[in-house]
Amino acid sequence: MNIHEYQAKELLREFGVAVPTGYPAFTVEEAVAAAAKLEGEVKVVKAQIHAGGRGKAGGVKLAKTDEEVKQYASEILGKTLVTHQTGPEGKVVQRLYIEEGSAIDQEFYLGLVLDRSIGRIVIMGSSEGGMDIEEVAEHTPEKIHKEVVDPVVGLRPFQARRLAFKMEVPTKLVNKFSDMVMKLYKVYIETDCTIAEINPLVTTKDGNVIALDAKLNFDSNALYRHSDILALRDTTEEDPREVEASKHDLSYIALDGNIGCLVNGAGLAMATMDIIKHYGAEPANFLDVGGGATKEKVTEAFKLILSDDQVKGIFVNIFGGIMKCDIIAEGIVAATKEIGLDLPLVVRLEGTNVDAGKRILDESGLAITTASSMADGAEKIASLVR
Amino acid sequence: MSIWANKDTKVIIQGITGKQGLFHGEQMLAYNTKLVGGVTPGKGGTTVLDNVPVFNTVSEAVEATGANASIIYVPPAFAADSIMEAADSGIELIICITEGIPVVDMIQVKRYLEDKPARLIGPNCPGIITPGEAKLGIMPGYIHTKGHVGIVSRSGTLTYEAVHQLTTAGIGQSTAVGIGGDPVNGTNFIDTLKAFNEDEDTKAVIMIGEIGGTAEEEAAEWVKANMKKPVIGFIGGQTAPEGKRMGHAGAIISGGKGTAAEKIKTLNANGIEVAETPAVIGETLIRVLKNEGLYEACVTGQPTT
Repeated sequence: MNIHEYQAKELLREFGVAVPTGYPAFTVEEAVAAAAKLEGEVKVVKAQIHAGGRGKAGGVKLAKTDEEVKQYASEILGKTLVTHQTGPEGKVVQRLYIEEGSAIDQEFYLGLVLDRSIGRIVIMGSSEGGMDIEEVAEHTPEKIHKEVVDPVVGLRPFQARRLAFKMEVPTKLVNKFSDMVMKLYKVYIETDCTIAEINPLVTTKDGNVIALDAKLNFDSNALYRHSDILALRDTTEEDPREVEASKHDLSYIALDGNIGCLVNGAGLAMATMDIIKHYGAEPANFLDVGGGATKEKVTEAFKLILSDDQVKGIFVNIFGGIMKCDIIAEGIVAATKEIGLDLPLVVRLEGTNVDAGKRILDESGLAITTASSMADGAEKIASLVR
Repeated sequence: MSIWANKDTKVIIQGITGKQGLFHGEQMLAYNTKLVGGVTPGKGGTTVLDNVPVFNTVSEAVEATGANASIIYVPPAFAADSIMEAADSGIELIICITEGIPVVDMIQVKRYLEDKPARLIGPNCPGIITPGEAKLGIMPGYIHTKGHVGIVSRSGTLTYEAVHQLTTAGIGQSTAVGIGGDPVNGTNFIDTLKAFNEDEDTKAVIMIGEIGGTAEEEAAEWVKANMKKPVIGFIGGQTAPEGKRMGHAGAIISGGKGTAAEKIKTLNANGIEVAETPAVIGETLIRVLKNEGLYEACVTGQPTT
């Protein structure tokens, strides 16, 4: 789960990480009022969307007067920002963050992530702050320094210090920097992050170490123990169908094609998308109904697929293991009748009670095309929507 | 022969009195798996299913039954603790079916297991099956046939798909291992490939991967350097978008890394043929078996289609 920069900074502040003073604003008036509360000559007006690259897209502006704050706030609020992380359709800015300016001396990168190949958290630091870290890794990998954390003892101060010296943090600020690294690790562990990134982390001319930006992503499997973080979820930043799916415990991802897919199991669901593409069509979604799908769940899944106007046909691909094909078939028939489906529907059933399942579909009198295999089904639905 | 699980494996179920534990316990017994006991704290002294004794702790269960394997159907908030309890009690093979364990918990589990002899399979996996001998998992037993092809996979239903294609073509399986869809897991591709490489009864291996991480790439390099048997692959998620978790917690392309295209390229570069679609996993294997002169030896069942 993602949160906004201003929410991440609020959380960091609670853990004692130094961040600039700032206030969120939902309207131009709120932005002006927020700026009035800030000290210093420069105020930063920052677009709050769940994507990086905001600065380049014109979503971050430095204002020297109240007039400028007002002007930039009106420009950015409601604007669609297109960055390398939003996709071509971009994201509409609905929230702003008004922050005091910082007298930046040097910019650094600090990030905590899971290294999957060793199953441990890795702290990454670089003197190349403010840049896209993936590009730094690609072109100048020697400028990225790493420390691996042993979960038994956690991050040790010597590691934070070693990282600071490798990154060439000014010697007199090494302690302040290390302290921030230690605190960020604490945030990562105690709030179940999947990514904790400060880019840039800056040293200021008056000798401070500040998190100028903050990106925190959280492990959705751990949200059950963080109701405070779950409360920060901004569903307007998510695809509305994905939000609806999450209410019904369905795993759904919206895609750009026109063939709706309903599948059991994540691996098979991905492979079903792939095989649709193989036969020259495009999947409209990823949808895993899970192992214990009921008639109700199948109905919800159908409704979800059909709420996408682009869908011109549906492919149901089920390998019944624990889930019995006759139960699924009953679900399909009931859902089709309830919704009044008038799009081509191809169903491939295999596995437990497959014959009973096929019989239910045949006897339903509904216009359902059955498929003998996954390939047959993909080919049929591709030709039916063509 | 087979790897890790066979007819002599003595299994307990952690969480045996729950809905999942009871349902799959019954299925395991129906497959003639040696289910010797179960654990649910507070229900010790009772019995379930066909007179299967329930214990309060794993160590009690091990002492009373001599169990050497455990399968875990405990809710995600408690599953990491259950894995550690099993390892602490001397269980050699721990299979964790549970989906949804927080990553931070699994990081601790992985570290905890480092100096213990226990092997963890999963979490978020279908388990392991040695056809005709033992089923330690949630896979439908009847689609399998005893034979000589090993399978290792990050996905459950996609494994069933592959097994089904093999069985209908008369090709049996030695052992099928689901290593799970989480970013931090126990046994990985390389561990499983090593075991298949050393297993006399396994003549070829199917490796089913998906987007996210670099486990398939690492395995491909290991195969090229060490594997004495043919390996074919399949990678799911060729059409998956960047930055989205495709059902499995570990199935995500991030920062342009972990794409199917990259994995397929690395597999091919290391001499592993990759099935173009999931529908031809069986066909691809059969073609390779024929090229290697192994096909006849691998036909252990009746082709049905």
